[in-house]
Amino acid sequence: MIAGGVTKEGAALMRKAQDVQGRSLWVDAWRRLLRNRAAMVSIVLLFVIAAMAILAPWISGYSYRAVDYGLISCAPDWWPGGDSYCRAGGTHWFGTDSIGRDLFVRVLYGARVSLAVGLVATAVSLLIGVAYGATAGYLGGRIDALMMRVVDVLYALPFIFFVIILMVLFNRNFFLLFIAIGAIEWLTMARIVRGQTLSIKQKEFIEAARAGGVGTWGIIVRHIIPNVLGPVIVYVTLTIPAVILSESFLSFLGLGIQEPLTSWGVLIADGTNQMETAPWLVVFPAGFMALTLFCFNFIGDGLRDALDPKDR
Amino acid sequence: MAAPILRIANLDVRFSTPDGEVHAVRNAGLEVGPGECLGVVGESGSGKSQLFLGAIGLLAQNGRATGSVEYRGEEILGAPLKTLNRLRGSKITMIFQDPLTSLTPHMRVGAQIVEGLQLHQRLPRDEAEKRALEVLELVRIPEGRRRMRQYPHELSGGMRQRVMIAMAMVCGPDLLIADEPTTALDVTVQADILDIMRDLKAELNTSVVLVSHDMGVIAGMADRVLVMRRGEIVESGPVDEVYHRPRHEYTKMLLAAVPRLDRDGPRPEPAARSATAKAVLAVDDLRVSFPVRTGWRTRLLRAVDGVSFTLAEGETLGVVGESGCGKSTLARAVLSLIARSGGRVVWLGRDLDGVRQSELRKLRKDFQIVFQDPLASLDPRMTVGESIAEPLRALQPHLAPAEVTARVRRMMDLVGLESQWINRYPHEFSGGQNQRVGVARAMIVEPRLVICDEAVSALDASIQSQIIALIRDLQSAFAMSLIFISHDLSVVHQIAHRVMVLYLGRVVEMAGRDAIYDDPRHPYTRALVSAVPIPDPALERAKTRVRIGHDPPSPLDTRAGLLFLKSRIVDDPDAEQYRPKLIEVAPGHFVAEHDAGFT
Amino acid sequence: MTTYALRRILGAIPTLLVIITLAFFMMRLAPGGPFDSQRRLPPEIEHNVEVAYHLDRPVYQQYLLYVGGLARGDFGPSYRSKDFTVAQLIADGLPVSAELGVLAIALALVMGTALGITAALNQNRLSDHAIMSAAMFGITIPTFVTAPLLTLVFGVYGVRVFGFDISLPVGGWNGGQLRNLILPVAVLALPQIAIIARLVRGSMIEVLHSNYIRTARAKGLSSGRIVMRHALRAAMLPLVSYLGPAVAQLVTGSLIVEQIFGLPGIGRYFVLAAINRDYTLVLGVVIFYAAIIILLNILADLLYTVLDPRVSYRT
Repeated sequence: MIAGGVTKEGAALMRKAQDVQGRSLWVDAWRRLLRNRAAMVSIVLLFVIAAMAILAPWISGYSYRAVDYGLISCAPDWWPGGDSYCRAGGTHWFGTDSIGRDLFVRVLYGARVSLAVGLVATAVSLLIGVAYGATAGYLGGRIDALMMRVVDVLYALPFIFFVIILMVLFNRNFFLLFIAIGAIEWLTMARIVRGQTLSIKQKEFIEAARAGGVGTWGIIVRHIIPNVLGPVIVYVTLTIPAVILSESFLSFLGLGIQEPLTSWGVLIADGTNQMETAPWLVVFPAGFMALTLFCFNFIGDGLRDALDPKDR
Repeated sequence: MAAPILRIANLDVRFSTPDGEVHAVRNAGLEVGPGECLGVVGESGSGKSQLFLGAIGLLAQNGRATGSVEYRGEEILGAPLKTLNRLRGSKITMIFQDPLTSLTPHMRVGAQIVEGLQLHQRLPRDEAEKRALEVLELVRIPEGRRRMRQYPHELSGGMRQRVMIAMAMVCGPDLLIADEPTTALDVTVQADILDIMRDLKAELNTSVVLVSHDMGVIAGMADRVLVMRRGEIVESGPVDEVYHRPRHEYTKMLLAAVPRLDRDGPRPEPAARSATAKAVLAVDDLRVSFPVRTGWRTRLLRAVDGVSFTLAEGETLGVVGESGCGKSTLARAVLSLIARSGGRVVWLGRDLDGVRQSELRKLRKDFQIVFQDPLASLDPRMTVGESIAEPLRALQPHLAPAEVTARVRRMMDLVGLESQWINRYPHEFSGGQNQRVGVARAMIVEPRLVICDEAVSALDASIQSQIIALIRDLQSAFAMSLIFISHDLSVVHQIAHRVMVLYLGRVVEMAGRDAIYDDPRHPYTRALVSAVPIPDPALERAKTRVRIGHDPPSPLDTRAGLLFLKSRIVDDPDAEQYRPKLIEVAPGHFVAEHDAGFT
Repeated sequence: MTTYALRRILGAIPTLLVIITLAFFMMRLAPGGPFDSQRRLPPEIEHNVEVAYHLDRPVYQQYLLYVGGLARGDFGPSYRSKDFTVAQLIADGLPVSAELGVLAIALALVMGTALGITAALNQNRLSDHAIMSAAMFGITIPTFVTAPLLTLVFGVYGVRVFGFDISLPVGGWNGGQLRNLILPVAVLALPQIAIIARLVRGSMIEVLHSNYIRTARAKGLSSGRIVMRHALRAAMLPLVSYLGPAVAQLVTGSLIVEQIFGLPGIGRYFVLAAINRDYTLVLGVVIFYAAIIILLNILADLLYTVLDPRVSYRT
């Protein structure tokens, strides 16, 4: 009765065009996110900061490395404080640093490095974490126990120390910095992915798929990955600020990015040295960094609220 | 009638949710007299629980109750928390559905019972404990002193609910509100709990409000009944009146939908079971065990312990048993979804043990499964069309996409779903609709055997009967064999040709449908059958129950299997024990050996 | 319980060994490190190093001897400062770092829990929003910004409240005087207060929605009693799990704080050692901290089993 080729009746059924369009969970989550004002403002702000960082050379006429000994630690013209500071002149919007470089351009170049480290290191951690966590979670049993034991061991390390050692031993290689920080963050990612995989694996719809003859790969691709994706996205948006923070931490200690390249951490470290005499040197980089971190955190929280199935 | 203990008038309960306001209870009015038991019955979402939570100020944060609630003439709705706290736990007490999550996990049972006494009656600790012990005895908890020092997770489900009752009764309340107190429990345990509540009510003359979805439970307990539907009280009256002369259409529908053991409802189509009908499935001495770590050693939990049966073409075998009896494990082992530890499953003369994984996947076209929880068994990120199509795509990959879609649409029509809903998602459907999707997914490959694992247990009675009718129709259309697993004997009664009763992984009785219900031989079967509440007040109250008399033993203890054959027990929890044999007492009626002492 | 603790401690030994091995062989790879034949060192230290690391023996013996030394509390000599062993330097800095750390974690626990509970009990009201916004600040603003900021406000500019000078010293240890401790401890604790407040708020809200809290309300208990007796313990469980990572973060934070405030703790030695390439000191500090973090993780797990009777400590 059901078997057989496409009958006339079947074709007629297919032509019925007035199918009801369903609302997927993604659409639901997206709508909820759109309603979250803090998250939406954050997304816009982040785009602006990123665009400014990318377009930095075209926005300002100054080079990030051009030294001007005539304008050492000069305040922007609009900075309050009367005659107590020297003035940098019209186009140095954020003033100049201790060897007369334009702070505005340097903050944007710092944004380039900080954002790049954030994205690349997060990508590294995503790659390792998802592969590792999903494998452990799906295989389960002894392999899972062993793999998670390794994660536990690494967790016990004061990992930033290892990054510091790495940076010391291998001379502050830029790439190594990405990888080293990514290597810290993948642990949590692996744990989250494994936990999710384990809980989804026990769901009845996985058993239903197996009973329906779907193979292991089909189950992973069609069922497990789409369902793990939500928490992973949330965690990714929260990892990026953590990575940016780690990088600035290292740079602050003098173990990160090296001159004349710069990052927010380096700028803040330099700025704190002259905080009393030239506060703008710390205010601008710290402000930009805090704003960026805020945005990522708000987006992360917003995504979590949007994707969390608890209120459904 | 004497002055009522509780009077509710014009009560409305509303919840504000992100998707708008939900009006859960509309204009409810009722009275509870002294010593009276008021039954409140309704299906899920009828607002029956929210009505009383709202009345005593226990709504969730986004809930709001308006109207009037008087306790002995005193308005308590919107009263200051201090006034409410004086009454709650002392004069008005409540017990809830799930006793495990309703008890504080990190506090000892004793401390939780005593707490109320110390607060409301200002008893010193030792006196409070003495009183608590007395109440524990009242709810038939033996070894009360030891129990008081235990944590909730160390008790069985029935024991926990008794603790909840003890907690509610300890201050001698005027009014006890029981919100689905037995829904999470096995049927024999449910009967025990109801007995206790009935005795307590008679002894202490406490008024009781019993909220339940189960017409049978209400029939046995209530003096008066309220029927609720979508937040409104549609009918109320004395229990006999409502049950025997229902006025509202909805009440009539509810009563008609309830499957009944005492009466012949819809019968399964006679199966072609005879000497000529060929067996499609033969299960022989099937065993599944899991290693369980207890302390320093690992023991085997024998979830299925030597089960044998055959199934003929077009036949339905009902599998009945309480939680932990291994019925779901049995289903998965038969379908090779989990590994068997012993025994054979022979499908159409082919031993499944010799079959390779790749071939097994092809064989899956022949046997399918319908799961208990309709929402959990569908991938939330897939449209229902994709879910239904999945087995077809996996098992018949040569089909053209258009053909798959056409078949999915036809299957949807067949199970009573509009085929334009093909692109909808499970969260946009009701439980009953989702279960239709589950049935469609199982049926689309036209299997020859379908296992329904508690397939209707999560649904309301009215939806239950629809799904059962659907499964029966499809069965006769496709000449499928069916294994229908349920904890609910009255549901199995409607659909099975033969019934197998499982207890702790073993078959205790197997017989034709009528023999099991009319002439149960094994003491466990008798207890089970007699514990099923009958939705008829007179019959339910006159019924005599067969009791087993204790909570089920730990399945890790090898002696547990000989509970009904104590004479053969070797008194060592780890020893290999005698295995009771199945004896054919009448043609096709098998009963496990048991001691004569059980009647 | 005791057996469980013992088993956990025994189980931690392989973990520690893995870390030691990792650290040891990383040192071997270091160009210019103690195991590099090209090294150039003052003769006294050269001699010390040769003796201490048995450089005349094969690698595996060097390794075993190093592990053996660690077991006796011997971390070897410093690679830069002659006359000092690593153990001496650690012992020197430990009291400072420990005092800072203990005070900071205590402050973070008390403040964080109190704020988290307050926010949870006032969910979606003004005080909740205020606390959570502040917590967001605490999480996003790095230590090395808050430290100079507070220094500026309390130290350099000097703050007067009702005519009282409440300015604080901006650095130095000064024998661990309270006045010298306030700023570093506050800076160290701030991000932890924020994280703990968020954590406690989340778990408290979840617990308050659970069925057993409804039961407690139905019993007529007062809100205070419900929170203290029925909710608090369960709500603290995620916090206990967080204790291990919190300590690790405090250790990391102390690197910055000791640097900025010029405190003679282990963290400062570590950063100096890293910059000066004092490999043996770096190695020693890493192993020392790893051991402490592992130990505290075990303690946290033990505490968890005590708080939650459902977790059996047999496994």
